[in-house]
Formats: sequence, structure tokens, C-alpha cells
Amino acid sequence: MEFLMDAALQIMEMLPQLISGMGTSIQIFAVTLIFSLPLGLIVSFGRMSRNPAISFITKAYISIMRGTPLMLQLMMVYFGPYYIFKIRVTNDYRLWATFIAFTINYAAYFAEIYRSGIQSMPAGQYEAAKLLGYNRGQTFFKIILPQVIKRVLPSITNEVISLIKDTSLAFTISVLEMFTIAKQLASAQASMVPFIAAGLFYYIFNLLVALAMEWVEKKFSYYQ
Amino acid sequence: MYLLEMNNIQKSYGSLDVIKDISLKVEEGEIVSIIGPSGSGKSTLLRCATMLETVDKGEIVYLGEKAVWTEETSKGGHAVYAKKRQLKEIQKNYGLVFQNFNLFPHYSVLKNVMDAPVSVQKRDKEEARKTAMELLKKMGLEDKADAYPCQLSGGQCQRVAIARALALNPKILFFDEPTSALDPELTGEVLKVIRSLAELHIAMVIVTHEMAFARDISHRVIFMADGVIVEEGRPEQVFASNNERTQAFLGRYGEMLKH
Repeated sequence: MEFLMDAALQIMEMLPQLISGMGTSIQIFAVTLIFSLPLGLIVSFGRMSRNPAISFITKAYISIMRGTPLMLQLMMVYFGPYYIFKIRVTNDYRLWATFIAFTINYAAYFAEIYRSGIQSMPAGQYEAAKLLGYNRGQTFFKIILPQVIKRVLPSITNEVISLIKDTSLAFTISVLEMFTIAKQLASAQASMVPFIAAGLFYYIFNLLVALAMEWVEKKFSYYQ
Repeated sequence: MYLLEMNNIQKSYGSLDVIKDISLKVEEGEIVSIIGPSGSGKSTLLRCATMLETVDKGEIVYLGEKAVWTEETSKGGHAVYAKKRQLKEIQKNYGLVFQNFNLFPHYSVLKNVMDAPVSVQKRDKEEARKTAMELLKKMGLEDKADAYPCQLSGGQCQRVAIARALALNPKILFFDEPTSALDPELTGEVLKVIRSLAELHIAMVIVTHEMAFARDISHRVIFMADGVIVEEGRPEQVFASNNERTQAFLGRYGEMLKH
């Protein structure tokens, strides 16, 4: 009981720092999703392109993004400008490097998810749209894409949940997100409590996201 | 002038000749049934007429507008298609009802019927809704306007698909085995609807295995086998044919036709 009281008090004291860490984590999460979800769609078009050069380049891109650790990609994006181009980066760039690395990494995963969804669509849907006179853009955005989204939602949910936990990788380039802050507080106060607070944060965040995705899936369940 | 003219159509998949030199002419308001064994090229012929498949050789003309023609070359000639814009114009003449409906599952019944008139033909939304509701009423589905295709029976789905095709006011409607995916009980309701369309004076080309239906509704019956037209003529001619191949095929339906 005393331990719990103690922990609660400690958390109260650390709250301002923890909240700022949470804010950064949520920011990384949101920016990554906003940019990687549409970018993934464009990459999936490239992957399915009939032009062999475009299809090869996107295939190589996806292969590298999925075949190397995100932590390494993060470091490449952060240190690359200096070591390769001798550009001096500012402190702000840490967060930008995180946004860029996460976005290009997650876009690769989303691209493959979209591709599987698009290729699972029956040819009859395209044929019906063609006979009714829909042009290519209308066919894709009105007929195909809404059905693809429904099909890929469970896979997207998986990635989104991974993303929440992956935001802690920004720790490796000292972005002041949840995990970095928790580690700093833990060593400063020689206490486990900040880690417990961080764990709670990730868990609750995930729970809320999972609930939100469930709600979205339900929204799409009006047809089969 | 014919509504549709297909001249000397040839189509092969690799070394398999699916359609060997077929010509078919359809007049306005004419109802033509195409019968024949599976694999005889009936469906492929419809898919070529509706540009879902490209032909290797031949000519396709809608109301005097050439959609496809053949350019003679030293190697024996190949089909040339009109420009995309012209094809789009020509396409307004025809519609197709698929064997497995191909309704849009994420759209309500009403939206399935009225979306193309609004998005493609840019018709007024209210007017399109009115027309769609009238068509659904004709199909006996006015109470299903807000339902989704997954909530309907196969026969109801096919009737929605027919309404969807009619909403664009085609001059000719192709049916690709419209009842083959339905059980016998539901087949009747779809055939009844197709029969009722005869009054609309839309030309219809129907690929079907429903012999009694083909005999009753058609102005002309075409019997196809192995990629060629074996016989064509008025229903009573074809169904009483002395042709060996035709007899062999119709013999299998003999029992049914007596009723």
C-alpha cells in the first residue's frame, strides 16, 4: 500500500515531463500515419506498375525498408545528411528525421497491404464499372478503393499497433519522447516507477487505438 | 442501318481458336438468343461485342460507327480499335448483364442503379433517383431500394443488375447467361423480368441455356458450337432443325421443351 502511494506521488511529480514525452510520442504516431497511409498507396501503384523500371525501383525500396531494422534506418536518416553531404543539422532535425524515417518505413508495409487488397478484388468489379462508363479514376476511387479499405483494415490495425510501440525507437536519436523521458527519470531517481508509467501509457494508448479501429471496422460492416 | 454489326470476328487464346469467323447483325428492338454447348464461344462473343475482350480480326460497328476494323497487312491483317473517346461514345449504345451480377457490394440497391447516371452521364440527381425508383418498381424491388446486395437473393441481385444496366438507356442489352448462377426457383423471376423488357423495344442479345425461354422470347435463335454459328433462324426453325449437330444438342433438352 505504501509502495503504491509512493509511486503515485512520484508520478505526480514527474507528470509535466511525462506528459511532454507522451505528446511527442503521439505526434510521431500521428504524423507517421498521416503521411505513410497515402504514400503507401502511391508506392503500391508503383509496385503494380507495368513499367518494369518503376516496378523494380519500388520493389527494391520495399525490400530494403522491410529487410533492415527501423532503428538503423532512423540513424541513416538522422546522421546521413552530415556524414554523406556534410550538412550541419540543427537540433530540430531529430524530430524531422524521426518523421521521415517512420513514414518511409511504414509506407513500405502499407504498400504491400494495399497491393494484396487491390489484387484480391474480383475482375468483375472492374468490368461492371467499365461497362457502366466509369473512367479509371472513378472506378478506382468510387468502386475499388472503398472495398479494398474494408478488406485490409485488420492488417492495417496490426501495423498501427506496432507503430505505437515502435515510436519508442526514436529514443536512439535522443528525441524526447515517452521512452527517452522515462529512461532519464528512471536513472535520475533510481526508480522503476517511470518505466511503469511509460508501460501504462503505451498500453492505454494501444487500447484506445484498438477500440477506434474496431469502431472503424464496424462502420464498414454494413455490407459483406 | 443495323444497330450492331459484327463481321468476320476471329478470336483465339494462344493456339485455341475460340471464335472462328463469326458474323452477327442485330436490328433495333430485335431479340436474339445464342444457344450452344459450354465452350462454344458464346460468352466470348458477348465479351468481344462489349469490348471486354479484344478481337484478333474482324469488324464491329454500332449504328454505323466503327468501333473495330481490320487493317490488312502482309501477315494477314489485324484488328484496329477506334480511339478511346470514340469507343466511349459507342459504349453508350450497349449494356451488359453478367452471369454473377457484379453489383457494387458497398452501394445500396438504389445507389447501384442511380450512381452511373449521376457520375457518368451527369444527370440531375433527383431525376436519376426518380428514374431508378421507377426501374426498381418495374423489377418488383421498390421495397429493397435501401438494402445492400448482400441482403438480397441471387434473383433479386440479378434484377438489380438489370435495372442498373437499363438506367443508362442502352439501345442494346447483352445478357451473359443471366440465370446460370441461380437455382431454378429464382430463374423464373429473372426470366419473367427479361420477358417484360420486350415491350421496351430495346434490342437484346441473350446467351442462355434456358431453351424454352429462348424459344418463346426470341425473334431469332443462333446455335453456336466450336466457335462457329452452326445454324440461325426463327426459333421454330432452329428448334425443329434437321441439322445433326443442332439435334444432338437440343436432344438433351428435349424433355424440357415438351412442356
